[in-house]
Amino acid sequence: MPERIVVPFGPQHPVLPEPIHLDLVLEDETVVDVIPSIGYVHRGLEQLVTKREYTDFVHVAERICGICSFMHGLAYVQGIETIMDVEVPDRARYLRTIWSECSRLHSHLLWLGLFADAMGFESLFMQSWRLRESVLDVLEDTSGGRVIQGTCKVGGVRRDIGREKLDDILRTLVPFEQQCRNLGDVFLNDESVKNRLQGLGIVTKGEAYDLGAAGPTLRGSGVPIDARNLGYAAYGDLDFKPVTESAGDCYARCAVRVGELFTSIDLIRQAAETIPEGPIEVKVTGTPDGEYFSRVEQPRGEVVHYIRGNGTKHLTRARIRTPTLANLPPLVKMLPGCQLADVPVIVLSIDPCISCTER
Amino acid sequence: MGFFTMAKTVLQNLFGRPPTRRYPAVPARVGPITRGHVTIDPARCISCGLCMRRCPSQAIRVERAEKVWEIDRFRCIACDACVEACPAKCLIMESGYIAPVTEKEVERHPITYVKPERPQKKEAAEG
Repeated sequence: MPERIVVPFGPQHPVLPEPIHLDLVLEDETVVDVIPSIGYVHRGLEQLVTKREYTDFVHVAERICGICSFMHGLAYVQGIETIMDVEVPDRARYLRTIWSECSRLHSHLLWLGLFADAMGFESLFMQSWRLRESVLDVLEDTSGGRVIQGTCKVGGVRRDIGREKLDDILRTLVPFEQQCRNLGDVFLNDESVKNRLQGLGIVTKGEAYDLGAAGPTLRGSGVPIDARNLGYAAYGDLDFKPVTESAGDCYARCAVRVGELFTSIDLIRQAAETIPEGPIEVKVTGTPDGEYFSRVEQPRGEVVHYIRGNGTKHLTRARIRTPTLANLPPLVKMLPGCQLADVPVIVLSIDPCISCTER
Repeated sequence: MGFFTMAKTVLQNLFGRPPTRRYPAVPARVGPITRGHVTIDPARCISCGLCMRRCPSQAIRVERAEKVWEIDRFRCIACDACVEACPAKCLIMESGYIAPVTEKEVERHPITYVKPERPQKKEAAEG
């Protein structure tokens, strides 16, 4: 009978890029149980809603996370606009879509690099992040910020992208897509990577659905649910299908993210080519009175912003359900039975974002 | 079967130039609309205080009596809200980031705006 020991994994761990905290119960080097803890980097951002006016809180929402910042801002302003019955112009919706997909690209490329690093492939890490630089350059040239775009506001967007710049983006996409294919080929077809990922951290389709997984973790198990199908922003006008895999292991989740790179490139292309002319914002008067659940698909999964106002300049409640919070139960399901050396790979395969989760 | 999937990339890296930039010897890349830091043209500031009210992180203070405009760089989130709100267009969002500093200080700028004289009213028409 091997002795059981408890090993704290995180919040400060040399392999993990996020301060996730899991207490692992081990027998020899096999994980038999996992106890997650949340709260290490709690900042109380939801509470700020009672101290900041609803027009200012979008800046707080965008700083919930540095990697999926645009989508948080978008989810928040969509909620306010729905409560206040504000009709956003078409051009603004398309611009939001373009920035959303650029954010998804840079987030997935960042994740691919960190994932490679967790497997010990530092060169692959560098290749991914070098590729990401061109996406960050596009974001900087169109919004003024590489990471915090700051373009969403209640009633529209604060900045336009001219036709010349859109054509420039379309031209940039051609070599970028080829480079993504080369990179994806390494992640999907290299024997070393496949040996490390296949059959690891399996969550079946039924389990993923029952446990409430979100995003690539859910789609990697074969469930084709994606909040973009709700048709928010301009997604209702564009041709979009979720990327799914069926194996439910680390390799499948990686394959979904690689596939989503190309989906994002296609969506940017569609939006940049068909964006309508017109204004980019409408004037907003009054204050929100009512409540709404705003759902947006982040790179990691579906984020829900619950917003409640009572007619004053300050909201009474904001509640944010981040995709990582939804992916913790599947993670606890994945880990028992694996070797200790595989824990970083499995943890990273759900793409945890702890600053979002513990907000 | 994929064993040399990265060979092409490795060879390109081997014979190509490094993709990194030798910062700070080589300046960082900034776009034309990069939000670096806010500056003020004190000769045009009318001390209305709209930037202070609009700032989401309360980084800006306007003292009308002392005619001083202050900004706390460490609170500033470079969001452009003050530039958009300024009716006199005296605030400018510069592309470059500020240099690193070793002490936290609030930046003070005396306002040098002089209100122009109202034109003399025409003498009442004779009669």
